[in-house]
Amino acid sequence: MIRLVFTVIAGVLLGGVVHLVSVLALPRIASQDAYSRLSAITKLNAVTALPVADPGNTLMPYMDPAFATAICRYDLSGGPIKLAVPVSQAYTSVSFYTRSDVAYYAINDRSAGRKVIELNLMTEAQHADLPEDEDITAADRLIIDSPTSTGLIVLKALAAEPGLMPLAQASLAAASCKVQTDAPQAEAAPPPPAAKQTGPVPKR
Amino acid sequence: MRLIFITLLALVIATAVGLGATWLTATRGTDFGTLRIGAWTARPKTGTADVDPYSRASIARAGDLPIGQGDGVAFLATTDDRKKPLDGRCDVVVSGVTPAARFWTLTLYDLKGRLVANSLQRYGFTSEEIIRSADGTFEVRMASRSRAGNWLPTGGIERYALMLRLYDTPVGVATRTPRDAPMPAIATAGCP
Repeated sequence: MIRLVFTVIAGVLLGGVVHLVSVLALPRIASQDAYSRLSAITKLNAVTALPVADPGNTLMPYMDPAFATAICRYDLSGGPIKLAVPVSQAYTSVSFYTRSDVAYYAINDRSAGRKVIELNLMTEAQHADLPEDEDITAADRLIIDSPTSTGLIVLKALAAEPGLMPLAQASLAAASCKVQTDAPQAEAAPPPPAAKQTGPVPKR
Repeated sequence: MRLIFITLLALVIATAVGLGATWLTATRGTDFGTLRIGAWTARPKTGTADVDPYSRASIARAGDLPIGQGDGVAFLATTDDRKKPLDGRCDVVVSGVTPAARFWTLTLYDLKGRLVANSLQRYGFTSEEIIRSADGTFEVRMASRSRAGNWLPTGGIERYALMLRLYDTPVGVATRTPRDAPMPAIATAGCP
C-alpha cells in the first residue's frame, strides 16, 4: 500500500517535470505557429501583402479586420535588412517577431516621428561589427537588434473606415524590406577616401 | 515483476499529469501577468521580449501573433460584467468610454478567433467610425437582428468573444487598476 502511494507521488512529481519540459518545448515543436503558417505564403526578405481578414480567411486567429497587413519574413544570414515603410493617413505600425513568435520590438508612426519609418535590422553580431564612424551616421536611422537570425516583420496600416482600406493597402505596397547590399561596399569604401585625402594635401 | 509494474504506473501517471497540465495551460491560459478590468482581460507582457513560457506555449499553439507593446494592447472579453457568457442570440450592450489611445478597434470573433460572417461585412468598429453621444461616451449593440445606432451583427452564434484593441496607448505592462484604464461596461440587455 505504502509502495503504491509512493508510486503515485513519484508519478505526480515526474509529471511536473514532464509538464515543465513540454511547456518549454511546445514553441519549438509547434508546426502550426504563426511563422510556419506565414512562411508558406510569404517571400523571404521581401514585403508580402496579406489578404484582409474576413470570415473565409483563417490564416491566423484574431486578425484585426480594420488593418491592412503585410509581412516581411527575414533571414539576416545574408546581411542586415533595410526596412522603409511610408506612413499611412491614420496609423501605421511595424512589429518585429522572432522565429518563435516573440514580439521583441514594435514601433508606430508617431514614435518614429517621420513620413517614412526607416529601420535597420541586424543581429547583435552584425551590429557589433559595424565600423565606429558608420554608427554615427546611422544615428538618424534606427538600428534594431534581432535576437534570432530569422523572424517576421509585420507592417500594419489602419483603415479607419472600410472605404479607406485601398489607401491603407497602397501605402503598405510602397514599403520595402531588403538585404542591405551596400554594407560590404561601405566597409570597403573608407580606405579610398583616406587615400584621396592624403592625395590632395601635398598639392596645397 | 512488481518493480516493473510500479515503474510503469509511475511513468503513466507522470505522462498523464504532465501533458494534461500542459494542454490545460496552453488552451485555457494562465493568470501570469493577466490584467483584468471588468470582464476584459489582457496580457500586455505577451507583446514584450520577456513573455512567460506559458503564454509562449499558448501563442505557438494558437498560431497568432501577439500585438507588440510599442503598437498597442488587446483586451478580450468572453462574458459580460455579470460573468454570463456572451450569447449571439441575445442583445449585448458595450457602453462607456475607452482608455486613452490614439485609435481603438472593437471586433467580434467566434471562440476560435475567426470573424463571424454577415451580409453587411461588418466585423467590428474603429474609434473613427463609431457614433458617440454628446458627452463622448458610446454604445455598441451586439445582436443577431439589426439595431439602431452602432450595431454589430453576431450572426446568431451561441458563444462569441469581443476584442478591444488599443493602439498607441499608455495602457500596458504598468497598468494595474481600472482607474488607469477605464474599460467600457458589457451588459446583456435581453434574450429573446
